Amino acid sequence: MESCNCIEPQWPPDDLLMKYQYISDFFIALAYFSIPLELIYFVKKSAVFPYRWVLVQFGAFIVLCGATHLINLWTFTVHSRTVASVMTTAKVLTAAVSCITALMLVHIIPDLLSVKTRELFLKNKAAELDREMGLIRTQEETGRHVRMLTHEIRSTLDRHTILKTTLVELGRTLALEECALWMPTRTGLELQLSYTLRQQNPVGYTVPIHHPVINQVFSSNRAVKISPNCPVARLRPAGKYMPGEVVAVRVPLLHLSNFHINDWPELSTKRYALMVLMLPSDSARQWHVHELELVEVVADQVAVALSHAAILEESMRARDLLMEQNVALDLARREAETAIRARNDFLAVMNHEMRTPMHAIIALSSLLQETELTPEQRLMVETILKSSNLLATLINDVLDLSRLEDGSLQLDLGTFNLYAVFREVLNLIKPIASVKKLHVSLTLAPDLPEYAIGDEKRLMQTILNIVGNAVKFSKEGSISITAFVAKLDTLRDSKAPEFLPVLSDNIFYLRVQVKDSGSGINPLDIPKLFTKFAQNQSTGTRNSGGSGLGLAICKRFVNLMEGHIWIESEGLGKGCTAILIVKLGMAERVNESKLPYMPKMPTNHGQTAFPGLKVLVMDENGVSRMVTKGLLLHLGCDVTMVGSSDECLRLVSHEHKVVFMDICVPGIDSYGITIRIHEKFTKRHERPLLVALTGNTDKVKKENCMRAGMDGLILKPVSLDKMRSVLTDLLEHRVFFEAI
Amino acid sequence: MELVQIQRRLVDYTKSLFMEGFLDAQFLQLQQLQDDSNPYFVFEVVSLFFEDSEKLLNELTIALDQPNVDFKKIDSHVHQLKGSSSSIGAQRVKNACIAFRNYCDVQNIEGCLTCLQQVKQECYLVKNKFETLFRLEQQIMASGGSVPTIELGF
Repeated sequence: MESCNCIEPQWPPDDLLMKYQYISDFFIALAYFSIPLELIYFVKKSAVFPYRWVLVQFGAFIVLCGATHLINLWTFTVHSRTVASVMTTAKVLTAAVSCITALMLVHIIPDLLSVKTRELFLKNKAAELDREMGLIRTQEETGRHVRMLTHEIRSTLDRHTILKTTLVELGRTLALEECALWMPTRTGLELQLSYTLRQQNPVGYTVPIHHPVINQVFSSNRAVKISPNCPVARLRPAGKYMPGEVVAVRVPLLHLSNFHINDWPELSTKRYALMVLMLPSDSARQWHVHELELVEVVADQVAVALSHAAILEESMRARDLLMEQNVALDLARREAETAIRARNDFLAVMNHEMRTPMHAIIALSSLLQETELTPEQRLMVETILKSSNLLATLINDVLDLSRLEDGSLQLDLGTFNLYAVFREVLNLIKPIASVKKLHVSLTLAPDLPEYAIGDEKRLMQTILNIVGNAVKFSKEGSISITAFVAKLDTLRDSKAPEFLPVLSDNIFYLRVQVKDSGSGINPLDIPKLFTKFAQNQSTGTRNSGGSGLGLAICKRFVNLMEGHIWIESEGLGKGCTAILIVKLGMAERVNESKLPYMPKMPTNHGQTAFPGLKVLVMDENGVSRMVTKGLLLHLGCDVTMVGSSDECLRLVSHEHKVVFMDICVPGIDSYGITIRIHEKFTKRHERPLLVALTGNTDKVKKENCMRAGMDGLILKPVSLDKMRSVLTDLLEHRVFFEAI
Repeated sequence: MELVQIQRRLVDYTKSLFMEGFLDAQFLQLQQLQDDSNPYFVFEVVSLFFEDSEKLLNELTIALDQPNVDFKKIDSHVHQLKGSSSSIGAQRVKNACIAFRNYCDVQNIEGCLTCLQQVKQECYLVKNKFETLFRLEQQIMASGGSVPTIELGF
């Protein structure tokens, strides 16, 4: 066998060193062969090894290394060339693979290292999450406690229970040693110990409220840790080891305006109670944040619950009070009803009982008047009659008024003749007026309906009353009654803001004005006029015989008729005007036969015609002259027309009974003519009556006419009826001044 | 046309005149004065009115044309016209006269001229209305009927 060309080993193969090398190589080869086996085994086991091909490389490298060392075993002795070449091949391969592997590892090792860092990071994260979980759990616990506490507190509306429950539950939840509530006293200067957890009967300690610690707690809405030596915290007998931490929180006492519960101290704004919580002594416990939050929340809830309880108590008291009042009112009402019934019975009886003797007195006195009497006796009888008439009126008035006030009076509605009502009033009042030498004139507007629907009797009574008053309080002068349909603007002017007339198709508002020139009324007294029994004392009219009820009754009648009545006067001595507005229904033209009691209208007018009455009419205006002439001709007069004052003076004679003059023409000096006519006819019975016709409603003019000596004044336009009534009045009274 | 129809037309026409404000209640008074002894009373009065008013309106036109306007005279004329128109119940003429007088009081020539025009206009209108009215009445009388009286409820 050829020997290889390798260098002869320096030492013989049997040398010890050689032997050891031989053994080491063997073992190295073994190890080298087993490592990849292990690797493969474990990689097969694990599923997630991402670097398989690296493993393969590694495996190859190791196997080749092992092979190299194995082949080295043969090189210790003399070996053939083949062994040497195999050895060389193996070494070369190993070198290649190991170089490649080394290069590969440069890329892979950083990756492998970063895996480690990631693992560390995740571990940290997990620890953190664990901590947070712990916190959340604690908070949830706290929340549960709060809800449970609130539930307990709010499940009752009784003050004591609320407070007791609060303390008990807080003590339980937080495992407190002591829990106390200090309430402000009535004076507000001290805090009084009201409730405690452990001590059964709080002895009523008081602590002044202006302590710096207390102020500090009251000024913040957080729970504040206070020193255990603070007066509010010194609740336990001294001698314990280490007092636990103390926390105090304010409880706002909500302010309500009508807070008057008996034993509750008087409350005002921004008052607080103090809740003091003490941890058990000897424990090393500290107040945690979540516990403080719990305490704050509870304090708020307690405040709300207390206020609810207070409100409930208040409303219960109010309800009891109301029930009492209700009962009292019911009783009062029943008593009032009984009283009214008693009064009505009384009145009914008295009405009859009183009228009977009155009737006897009046009847017999009037009969007595008819007999022969001496003047003194006559005077006495007249006085008796007057007084008894007065008394009768008073009885009637009182009865009426009481019925009116009850509201039991109802209007007697019916269709009646409106003109007739006025005529009646006039006829009734004329005798008295003429005795007093007062002139009464009545003017009805042409658009006043003849028939109306309303309470005729009471309307007449009202108008009669007013006219009667006018006559009563006038010593001289004249009284004028005007009636017309009130238009909407005059209605609104009626000085009564509550009087809201409503116009509709079937109704109209009658306005009656009664103006007198009598003693007038002080404007300040006017409001009193319509109150019953309040008579005007100051003007010395006491003897005029008014009972003071008339106007009050009128006002009530007028109110029933949905109208308004008032009096205007410019002052004492200036006369006064009574104005009344009432609502009447419009009537269809009614057959005369339907109203058997109404006298026919024409007869009430007095004369329908004035046959042969000689009249002179002076008017510059041709048209109106003709109209006036037509009017008078229609009434049967004998009319002479003149167009100027000269003509008038020329033609006027004692045969003319009336001279109508149009004075609103600027050119005519009507006063001059008047004076000249007066001069012409010195004897009064010879002189014709001078009447002015004017379209001008000037009061001054009217006064001038009166002063100049005219006997009358009429406003144009003059309707047929008006002319008729004017002539009637004129001829009767020799005077007619229309109300302006 | 039948008598009843003409009568009805007359009534309606008269009513319309009242509604439109041409006539007022005074006219009714006038009608009441007409009777058998005085059958043409209304016609006479109305004719007189129109003669008068024509004269007055002429006077007014002349007076307002003057360089120096004499307001007193104008006032008195208008007063006359107002009186006449209110006597026969020509409401619109009367109202126009009232307005005229106001302008006269403050001596406002422009206003007066405008009012004069208005018064003339109203006179003219109401004249036409009356002519129609009288024509209808004549027709009724010619057919042998009687003029119906107006009952107006206001």
